[in-house]
Amino acid sequence: MSAVVDSHGHDHHDHHDHHGGYSGLMRWVTTTNHKDIGTMYLWFSFMMFLTGGAMAMAIRLELFQPGIQFFNPDLFNQFITMHGLIMVFGAIMPAFVGFANWQIPMMIGAPDMAFARLNNWSFWLLPFAASLLIISFFTPGGAPGVGWTLYAPLTVQMGVGMDLTIFAVHLLGMSSILGSINIITTILNMRAPGMTLMRMPLFVWTWLITAYLLVAAMPVLAGAVTMSLTDRHFGTSFFNAAGGGDPVLYQHIFWFFGHPEVYIIALPAFGVVSQVIPAFSRKPLFGYASMVYATSAIAILSFIVWAHHMYTVGMPVTGQLFFMYATTLIAIPTGVKVFNWVATMWKGSLTFETPMLFAIGFLFLFTLGGFTGLVLSLVPIDIQLHDTYYVVAHFHYVMVAGALFAAFAGVYFWFPKWTGKMYDETLGKWHFWLTMIFFNMIFFVQHFLGLAGMPRRIPDYPLMFETWNKISSIGAFGFGLTQLLFLYIILKAIRSGEKSPEHPWEGADSLEWTHLPTPAPYHSFENPPVLK
Amino acid sequence: MNAEQARDQAQENWRTLTRLSIVAAGMFGFGFAMVPFYKAFCDAVQINSLVERDAAPTNTQVDASRLVTIEFDANVRDLPWRFRPLTGYLQVHPGQLVQVEYEVSNARATPVTGQAIASFGPELAGRYFKKLECFCFSQQTLAAGETRRMPVVFLVDTTLPADVNTITLSYTFFEVAGKS
Repeated sequence: MSAVVDSHGHDHHDHHDHHGGYSGLMRWVTTTNHKDIGTMYLWFSFMMFLTGGAMAMAIRLELFQPGIQFFNPDLFNQFITMHGLIMVFGAIMPAFVGFANWQIPMMIGAPDMAFARLNNWSFWLLPFAASLLIISFFTPGGAPGVGWTLYAPLTVQMGVGMDLTIFAVHLLGMSSILGSINIITTILNMRAPGMTLMRMPLFVWTWLITAYLLVAAMPVLAGAVTMSLTDRHFGTSFFNAAGGGDPVLYQHIFWFFGHPEVYIIALPAFGVVSQVIPAFSRKPLFGYASMVYATSAIAILSFIVWAHHMYTVGMPVTGQLFFMYATTLIAIPTGVKVFNWVATMWKGSLTFETPMLFAIGFLFLFTLGGFTGLVLSLVPIDIQLHDTYYVVAHFHYVMVAGALFAAFAGVYFWFPKWTGKMYDETLGKWHFWLTMIFFNMIFFVQHFLGLAGMPRRIPDYPLMFETWNKISSIGAFGFGLTQLLFLYIILKAIRSGEKSPEHPWEGADSLEWTHLPTPAPYHSFENPPVLK
Repeated sequence: MNAEQARDQAQENWRTLTRLSIVAAGMFGFGFAMVPFYKAFCDAVQINSLVERDAAPTNTQVDASRLVTIEFDANVRDLPWRFRPLTGYLQVHPGQLVQVEYEVSNARATPVTGQAIASFGPELAGRYFKKLECFCFSQQTLAAGETRRMPVVFLVDTTLPADVNTITLSYTFFEVAGKS
């Protein structure tokens, strides 16, 4: 079998003939090609990132100074709720599904995903779900202003915007579950001969584990919001004490999903970083097997720690202690991974192109976020810090400086393989440094706000919190503008970027780099590669 | 991959999809199963149940199971005053708030200031005898020939030892010199 597998040759232009016969919009509506679908996921996620980001700008605008200047508190609550839902379910998760779609088949030597049409449907559920979320703003009562966690009993009181949100969550969950079934099936059944599980790139491993987490956890969220729906309209009392239920039950069910969810966000980010760091260190990933075991341990442990989000609901001390010990335990496999990334760089031949900058930024800042998570896992401390800006700082460190930075690293890293063009390296570095500086300006000072006692989800605050809030807001405006630079970089590279060499990254050694041309052909590995 | 291999691959894929769909459906059911699980767990661990009725309010201040006899005694020391309790004795429950009055008269033709000092029999009972308001808290100045009724508001602490059934409250009025 030859290593070059596209039997139609290298001509980059004739892949246009293979788009199922459709052109224009219908090509995208009907495509079953994992590369097209990956592209759609990535563009969709970026649009959602800008939408959620606009809401963040509005939030930080209101919080720039004490007092209510721009938005009434009700609208502010809608913004913080939708910012969370859109960023988590519309931006970060679809971005990594986009990576999964593009990369997994190429990295395991498969021609496409196991269920190509299901893949198409999994994507197209998303714009409908996003529309429901956005439309809810324009219904009587507006979008639900309950926080992205949708706690009962407040959700039972909201207007029709809440019902739209519940349906959106159902659609988003459906998309994730179907996508995950697709990913698991592809990885388990369609690897090229010789690609054993322990030879797979770590990015594929992290997605395999993430997909299992999704299949197990997402349906539980569906159950929780369905119960809220029936409490709202069909006379049930799951979360209504007067009817024999319990509002705290919602929190248990939600967070049983919610904690695996944050690892669903983090694990693919770990996978991207595990591809980028070895490539730019020109060294294999240190401790491959321990990385696999550590990721599995994190995934399994993530199911028994949920109530660390609930230390203040009145749980007996024994319960609090159990969850505290289990949560601190997760720090161990996470630490293993961080040490392995550092060990990969140790005595490596390092260069610092943009993907590597974002990966190293991830390494520092995700670790910081992990430390504040460890602080919050301790019951006596969390009693003070629960629902303060310390928590907001923590999860933005792990989700933005963690997952988002990893996503940026992945885009810059694989952009040449996807498009055959090179992005502007100087502009890429500008994007990194501005993002790095502004990110820390926004969120580092929020630790101080939380420690000083500023609660979260409030549109106004006492005078004593003004200074840090001002700094945080200025950082937010800078951060937002910088992401428009990213859009410019991508568009400019697609339109008029320099042609990328076949092997733009010297140290990259997974199948898509070693066995496929750059850009990757529309159909790749129609015959599986021979692995030595 | 030939046609037969492709069919086997597809079959294997469908098998995996079916298994995973059952897992997803099972987890959806698990979400609902958490409702009775939660109830069972809370019952087993005896955590506050919102469904249980609160205990009816009971008075825990007054110990209605015993009666204590309080005897009232009045003395003067070198003072031209007549001093007597209006009530000789009372039977009270520990914890019950009680008010009694003492009457004092100044027989002298000039104003006199006195200070009452309380003492108890048995002596240990003093610890359990809580006076909330008493004429003994301050000096009392009676004008020439004045008669006055003065209250004592008290309760007997519920922790009074069981073998004490009678308490004597005895006041002694002393003259405060240098006040006339």
